[in-house]
Formats: sequence, structure tokens, C-alpha cells
Amino acid sequence: MNVLPDPVPTADKAACLATLAARVRAIEGIGAGSAAGVLPLGLPAMDAALPDGGLPLGCLHEIEAGSAETVRRHAEGAATGFAAVLLSRIARHRTRPVLWIGPDDGPYAPGLATFGLSSEHLLTARIHRPADRLWALEEAMRPTADGPALSAVLGQVDRLSLAASRRLQLAAEAGRVTLLLLRTKGTAPRTSAAVTRWCVGSLGSAPATAEPGLGDPAWRVELTRCRGGRPGAWAVSWTGAALVETSPATADSRDRGVPEIRPVRRTTRIAA
Amino acid sequence: MTDLCSNASPIRESVSQSGRRVLAVWLPGLPLEHRRQTEAPDAPGDRPLALVAEQHGRSVLTAVNPPAATAGLEPGQALADARALAPDLSTRPADPMADARALARLADWAGRYTPWVATCGDPASGEGGLLLDITGCAHLFGGEAGLVRNLASRLADLGISCRIAVADTIGTAWAVARAKPGYRGPGDPLGVPLGDALVTPGRSRTALANLPMNGLRLDPGCIADLSRLGLRRIGDLYTLPRQSLAARFRGPTITNDPLRRLDQALGQIGEPVSPRRPIPRFRMRQGLAEPIASTEAVCLVLDRLLAQLCAELGQASRGARAVTLELYRVDGGVQRLSVGTSRPTRRADALKRLFVQQMDSIDAGFGIETAALAATATQPLGAEQVGLADDAPGRSRAALADLVDRLENRLGRGRVARPVPQQSHLPERATTAAPPLARIPPADWPAHWRRPVRLLADPQPVEAVAPVPDDPPVLFRWHGRVHRVARADGPERLLPEWWRPGGPEDLRDYYRVEDTDGDRFWLYRAGLYAADQPSAWFLHGLFA
Repeated sequence: MNVLPDPVPTADKAACLATLAARVRAIEGIGAGSAAGVLPLGLPAMDAALPDGGLPLGCLHEIEAGSAETVRRHAEGAATGFAAVLLSRIARHRTRPVLWIGPDDGPYAPGLATFGLSSEHLLTARIHRPADRLWALEEAMRPTADGPALSAVLGQVDRLSLAASRRLQLAAEAGRVTLLLLRTKGTAPRTSAAVTRWCVGSLGSAPATAEPGLGDPAWRVELTRCRGGRPGAWAVSWTGAALVETSPATADSRDRGVPEIRPVRRTTRIAA
Repeated sequence: MTDLCSNASPIRESVSQSGRRVLAVWLPGLPLEHRRQTEAPDAPGDRPLALVAEQHGRSVLTAVNPPAATAGLEPGQALADARALAPDLSTRPADPMADARALARLADWAGRYTPWVATCGDPASGEGGLLLDITGCAHLFGGEAGLVRNLASRLADLGISCRIAVADTIGTAWAVARAKPGYRGPGDPLGVPLGDALVTPGRSRTALANLPMNGLRLDPGCIADLSRLGLRRIGDLYTLPRQSLAARFRGPTITNDPLRRLDQALGQIGEPVSPRRPIPRFRMRQGLAEPIASTEAVCLVLDRLLAQLCAELGQASRGARAVTLELYRVDGGVQRLSVGTSRPTRRADALKRLFVQQMDSIDAGFGIETAALAATATQPLGAEQVGLADDAPGRSRAALADLVDRLENRLGRGRVARPVPQQSHLPERATTAAPPLARIPPADWPAHWRRPVRLLADPQPVEAVAPVPDDPPVLFRWHGRVHRVARADGPERLLPEWWRPGGPEDLRDYYRVEDTDGDRFWLYRAGLYAADQPSAWFLHGLFA
């Protein structure tokens, strides 16, 4: 197979390199060629680390709850929120619903709506058996004569073999549907065919002003693996219906230590 | 009777107006014979065998096989008497439930001839049978004679003895099958010519005249009463004045009312075959020249049936919501595969995909000889628009319907849902599951109530330290880990819905708390703070 472009204009090295990189990516199965494309996440620093300046669509991504640096496990709320942000962006981009395949303790739609994933776009499937969940993931991405039914599928899958992940990646490429795997209780990360792997943990959420109580949701998002891109870590918060980068230094300083006075915001509200 | 056709007769000969034809099968030996199929035959067929049940504190025979009958045994005899007559009698306990199941299985099996199949009588006492409405079906089997011969030989292959008759009404067909003396049905070496099994249309009265009274499906007590008056044959009733017959024998139920039974048999009162299963309007049947067993062959048959069914549905402007494939096996078993769709469809390829998912559950046994495909639920569906290139919303909706069907047919109905708001302030009741394809006006949850992204199905109790009244905890332990609370918001007090049971004492005070690691939780204290007893704290959700 001739990988090189036929006429090599020596002057235009940059264009040549870009063409080559695109071909390599197509061979690697990122973005299934040019058809599926990429979706910028709206954070310049994060988009710069991703191949072609955005999250590749039509392939497999893994999101883990926790932090790659520290052994500390995080509760799965932050990873769920970040997944909801990605899903809502993909759903709006492709104008098709997303399907959330989880166990019985699935997502809570009123909370996901905060991250832009409205009931108009969200379908859920509650499936108890992990094997059935894998089957449903693959079935949901199967291409039909009428084109893809969904824009993205999220699966809450805790254990996945390399072969199974390869299978899912191929199904995502064939169906041109983006697949997110949300792993919350997994053991050490294993090798997989995913194009990107994210680790998402939560950060302290002090309000911008000095008032007590909780501020906007803040996360530490790490891109630990990315085919065709560069790994990186960012401190972000969900402010005003968009991802905003915050300074990790302030976030970290707020994150450590027990405050002497617990700032409790008293917002008594009674619903009956 | 001599004056069968005289005008003076109080009961007139009726001419079948409807053209309906009913086939009755009497299965006298079913209780013993169905056991031979399912159990190992430990008793040789030439030794006396009987089924025994306890009745009023004594053991009584309920069914006997032919050698036992030859030895003089009969149902209703006490076991002690029977042993005296036939010392080598072996016995089995009677099982009326199993007999009823066997009869139901046979009725399923008979669905190959017509969908209108009903069971009648009590199979345990040898009075059970099947009623088939074969109107318009007989030509598929070479006429009524061919159908009777086919049915009789298949039942004989299954080892089940039967008596068959075809007539205009249930009553006549049953009376001929049940009560014709000396008549043992076609295929029986003792049998009389086949013609006797088929009652000519409009000749019910003649056919019934000489039959004994027990053919009328009456209670034994009623038959004994009639016999005491010298009325032993059905024809004896013809000459009696209707009024006196009605006055003397008007029983509480139809089985005590010879006049109504007679009117039914003669077709003067309608009595339809009431089928065991609902009769689908759209049903396709395919008989096979050779039994098939492979999945590929079943798929080929399914293709043909689906094409026919979808064409029929298209002509009627309807779409299927539920389709059932029935596979009739050589050994008398019936396999059913059912699929449902989330919206009416008549696309053969989509329906086939749903069936293919279940194909591995088919047990073909020794082969499948007949297949039937029925749309058991249909809805109006207009002509479909095809060919317009860029109907993107319509196409993605069709793709979604297809996907939902594939998932739900394997995982179960209602597994795929669209969460939509519901009018309640309690978090666990604030969403409800709508069908994924329902057209719902866009509505979202009130944004000013902060809600978690994960809600635990059951709130989990946590050990919390909350020293200040009506304040969030200082720390709490969940899953063996201690979380120190760094920040908190609250309380948000949720009372039980006033329209449901539960008083204000069941209130919950919710707090959003953030621990020192940055993880955010939704905790609540159940009930009001009380100084003298520890509060119960629960974790209900996780915030992003």
C-alpha cells in the first residue's frame, strides 16, 4: 500500500505532513476517516491536545472516575457530570438523541439537565446484567438503512476485556456513533482499544465571591491517553452552561485541608 | 322416529343458514394415552392398567385401558372390586391437571387446521375433546373427508384414540362423535365408512334422531331423569310438546336443560366455537412438504410468510404492533415466537430482524411441518412515503423505532425509556418514564432546584456527626470511608406529598455537602431534629 501522496511538493512540507497524519489516523481508526469528524469541546487548551482540535466522533472513549496521579478514588459524580457535558455537545451537534445504558442505579435526568442534556435528547436503558449491557451497546451502534438512530451511546461498564473493547470500537466506527464508556468501579485501568481515556475527579467548589456554600461544579479532567493527541490535565468548572478553565493552583489550594469554619449557606426552602 | 319431517312435529328441522361447519373430536382415552408420550412405558400395553383417584374416602378407577376394559373394569368402579376382577391390574394415580394440560397442548397442536379451536368436556373422566370450526378451511386438506383422515392419522401417530365427526353445529358434531354406537372413528379397524363421520349440511335432525341421550352434553343426573321417563334417544324429544319439556326440565344451567341443548344441536340457538386464543385477523399459514429443522430453512419460510402478511396489512392500511410465529412440530409440539414493535409497521425486513434475534431459542425437535404467522395486534397505518431523499427527521425516527424494538424484544418491554418530568417535588418521583418514541412537548425540570446527577434507588443510611441542630453534619461515614464536610448548602425541606399517605413527621431536610476531597453529596436527615435521640441520616445522591 502506497502511503505517500503521489506528488510530494517539497516546498509545502507542512501540508504534506498534515496529509500523512490524516492518513495515519484513518488507518488507526480515529474518527472513521473524514465522515464522522471531530467536535471541539470549547476549551482551547483541551482542544489543542486532541487530534484535529476536537473530540473524534464515531469511536470509543473511556471516562474513569478518579485521578491518574493519586490512588484516591473519587465518587462517580464528577465523571458522570463530565460525560453528560460530552453527550449533550454531541447530541446538539448531530441532532439525534443519545442513549444512556446503565445498571438499575442509573443516571438522574433532572441532574443531567443541568449539564445541557435535556429530556428531549436523552434516552435511558436500565439493564442489570453486564453481558446484556455489552450486547445492547453493540446493538445500539449497528448501522441501519435509515442511517444512525443515535448520535452517541454511553455505557456504564466496569470491566471490559481488550477483545470486547476492540469489538465495540469497530462497531462504533461502522455505525458512525460515538461511544463513551463510563467506568466508575473498575480496578486498575487495563489496555483497551479506546481512542481516548479520561480520568475525572472533583475539585473543591468555592463560590467566586466570598460567600459560603457550594459554587459551580469543578473537576480535574485528565486526558491520560489519546491516540493522535497529547495527554494533559486541566482544572475546569461548569460555569454559565459552559466548560471554563480555572487555575489549578487555586483549585488545589482550596482542595486541601479542612477549613476551620465550615461555610454553610443557609438557603432554607420548603416544598410541600 | 317415523314422522321426522311432518309439519305436526313441535320441533322443526332446521336448515343451516350460516354454512358453518364444526368438527368435534372426542378423546376418550386421553388420560392414559398422554402419559404414554411423556412417561417411560413401564407397563406393557397388553396388561390391564387403570388410573385411580380418591373419592369420598375410597379409591375409584377414573380411566382404564383396553385390556382392563376387556377384563370387565370400567371407570367409577371401586379399586377393591377391580382387583377382584383383574388381579394383575396395575394402577397409577390420576392427575386431572396434567390431563387438562395435555388437552390444551392438543388444542394448540390443532391450530394447524384452523385458528378456531376450543376444548370441551372434562378430559380426566374421558369426556374431553376438541371443537374445531373448520368453515372455509377444509379445502386446504382435500375437503372434509381429507381433513378428517389427516387429523385421525396424525392423532393415531401420536398414540391417541379419537372419534371424529363434522356437522353444522357443535351439538350435532359432538353427539355424533360421542354417542354413535359402534362407531369408532375413521382409521379404526372396527370403524364404519367415513361417510358416517360427516353429517350432510342441513341433516342434523336426521343424524341425531337415533343417537343415545348422552350425546347432548347433559349432566348425568339429567340423562337419568330423562331415561326414567323412557326418553333414551335424542329423537324421543322431537315429538314432545316444547312447553311441557321446558316446564319439566328447565334446569339452572344449560347442562340441565335438554330443550336448549337440542335447539343448539339443531342450530336454532347459535353456539359459536369460542376459541382458546384470540383469532387474529391477519394470519398466514404455510404447510411444508418435508419437515424442516435448520434455522436457515425456518428463515426462508418466515420470509415468505412475512411478505404475504405485509402485503395483506398493506391492503388493509394497517401496521402490526405484535406478530406471532407458530411452528407446528412433527411430534405434536407447538413453538411460538412473539415480537412486538413500538409503532405500527409492515416492513418485512424490520420484523424479520426481530425474529432472527430469537431464532436460537427454536427447538425444532424432529422437524417442523407447518408454520403460521399472525399479526396479533394491529393499528391503522397509512401508505408510507418512500423515495423523498432528505426526510432526515422521519428517517432517524424510523431508525430509532427499529433500534428500540431490537433492544426491547430481547431485554423486555419498557426497558428503553425517555425520562420526562412528573409533577412532584420528591426527587424519586420527579421523573417518569415515557415511551422512547412518544411525541412529548419539550419540558424540563425546574432549573433553580439543584439536583444530583446520580440518584440512589434506595437512600443509603450513613453514620453522621451533626452536633448543631438543623445544621449539616460535620462528617459522615459512607462505604467505610469518612468524609469531612468542607462546605454545605441547605436545608431544603421536602414534605411528603399531601395527596399521599404520610404526615409532616416524614419530612426530609436535604443538604448539599462537599467533602474535603471535593466530592459532592446529597444528604438528608429524616424527620425533625430531636435533642433526645440521634437523627437518622441518609445519602440520596451524588452531585457532579
